[in-house]
Amino acid sequence: MVNGGLAPRERMVLRAAREIEEGETVFVGTRLPLLAYLVAKDTHAPNAVALYENGLIREEAARELLFTMGDPPNILNATSASTTLDVMGMMQAGRVDLGLLGGAEVDRFGNINSTEVEDESGRMTRLPGSGGAADIASLARRTVVLIPQEARRLVERVRFRTSPGYGDGPGFREREGLPPGGPTAIVTTHAVFRFDRVIAEGYLYEIFPGVTVDHVLVGMSWSPRIAQPLGMTRPFSVEEISSLRRIDPEGFWTGGRG
Amino acid sequence: MPLGEAIERFVHPGAAIVLGTCLEQMIPFAATHEIIRRRIGDLSLIGPVSDICFDQLIGAGLARRVMGAWVGNVMMGSAYCFRRAVERGEPRRIDVVEFSNFTLALALHAAAIGAPFIPTRSALGTDLVARNPYLEPIASPLGGEPILAVRPLHPDTAIVHVQRADAHGNGIMWGSLGITPDAVRAARAVIVTAEEIVAPEQIRRDPNRVVIPGLVVSAVCEARWGAHPSPVQGYYRRDHEAYSEYHRVTKTADGYGRWRADWVEGVEGLGGYLRRLGNERVASLIPIDHHFPEPVDYGY
Repeated sequence: MVNGGLAPRERMVLRAAREIEEGETVFVGTRLPLLAYLVAKDTHAPNAVALYENGLIREEAARELLFTMGDPPNILNATSASTTLDVMGMMQAGRVDLGLLGGAEVDRFGNINSTEVEDESGRMTRLPGSGGAADIASLARRTVVLIPQEARRLVERVRFRTSPGYGDGPGFREREGLPPGGPTAIVTTHAVFRFDRVIAEGYLYEIFPGVTVDHVLVGMSWSPRIAQPLGMTRPFSVEEISSLRRIDPEGFWTGGRG
Repeated sequence: MPLGEAIERFVHPGAAIVLGTCLEQMIPFAATHEIIRRRIGDLSLIGPVSDICFDQLIGAGLARRVMGAWVGNVMMGSAYCFRRAVERGEPRRIDVVEFSNFTLALALHAAAIGAPFIPTRSALGTDLVARNPYLEPIASPLGGEPILAVRPLHPDTAIVHVQRADAHGNGIMWGSLGITPDAVRAARAVIVTAEEIVAPEQIRRDPNRVVIPGLVVSAVCEARWGAHPSPVQGYYRRDHEAYSEYHRVTKTADGYGRWRADWVEGVEGLGGYLRRLGNERVASLIPIDHHFPEPVDYGY
């Protein structure tokens, strides 16, 4: 096992890939979520099906690196090339098992911000916005969030709720009229958080090999409950690592090699 | 119709225009650049995941509002002109009406089918709702549960790029369609730019692939390479270099100004743009292998 040589974002992508179960229908967000899906497809979940917000349904992996979901290799040999309305509608009808999402901030209730952030001096940075994220977080049967373990990213409360998790706590989704769904995991560069249905809050479930609880806690702005016993992520296999590096050979998406 | 004439006639100052409807493919850049050359301003830009065509119009100071789900560089992330406009009001302040891809698709779909509104369960409980007058949380008139009513959105003009169209604007497309079918049916005017203008008989031989019916189209313009640097399936690949260069040089307003002078204002139309791009670069984007499906038989 060569886990020591992995870049932080490579670990995050590899661990997130394991959240996808064989045969599931996955609504795939762009960038790192897309990479995680492709790794799962290439390793343990060859029959997973992808829906993309530009209207694609895809069962066969694209044969080269994608920079966007609309790149020509993602169209070639897609199962269906339809519309945004069509695939989003299928998700609203409950046909999507899992949505994979990134974001700039995620909070203890699993809400995601990809609209705007503020630094310590109060200066606002505008981000691109929801894209399909708000829809995926609303309508998929469950979601998994990928986000680097940084205190400015794992926040007590998101500045702007672009995509709904469990809102302000238990009962939120039902009260607002959202389908049950919601996040089942936050996968970071260091750890995995899962959600306690009763308190609707993320708790530290598992840490990566070589990471301590302190590493995790300094990289977040709220104090999570910690699973007893705390899990340890199974080391990434040569097969998983070589799959990721075959899909993204230059480290374009994961920020190079560790 | 020449592209310049179509833009002059159907994109008016203050108009709400929808473009970038395929999300990451077939983005009407030639038309976008023509709007910039003609300095048609005070526009409201409507789009889902919109490509850098939005950023280019915003940097030129021609947009007062964005009604969209995502404004960025689809390959590289941030769109710096958009950021400067929202964060610092440069070169002018813009409003952002926050949609998600699905709620925008529904708003255009409502307009396309003449529905008073369309209910959804998406985006409830988000902060998008407070920043978007088209999204209205209501109690369902049937069961009383909370739902989101999406109002119809009628753009003044839709601009779309397709592989083939006939002179009436009947447009054949393949690839990722995004919100295109609803956008062209929702808009009051539609400009189609096409890689190729073909005979109406050719269109009619494959009616299932006609995404845009000519009866909604106001102008059709031949624009070979008119979506560069975005990809057009079967015609050209994404020009990765153009996306990363745009990302690099537009980090400053001056850099954006130089980019615009070089690639938009300093070239004569699409022809001049392609001459600047150069034969070698153009040739490098042409598909190297081809994938033809089996022909279908419409016979009976």
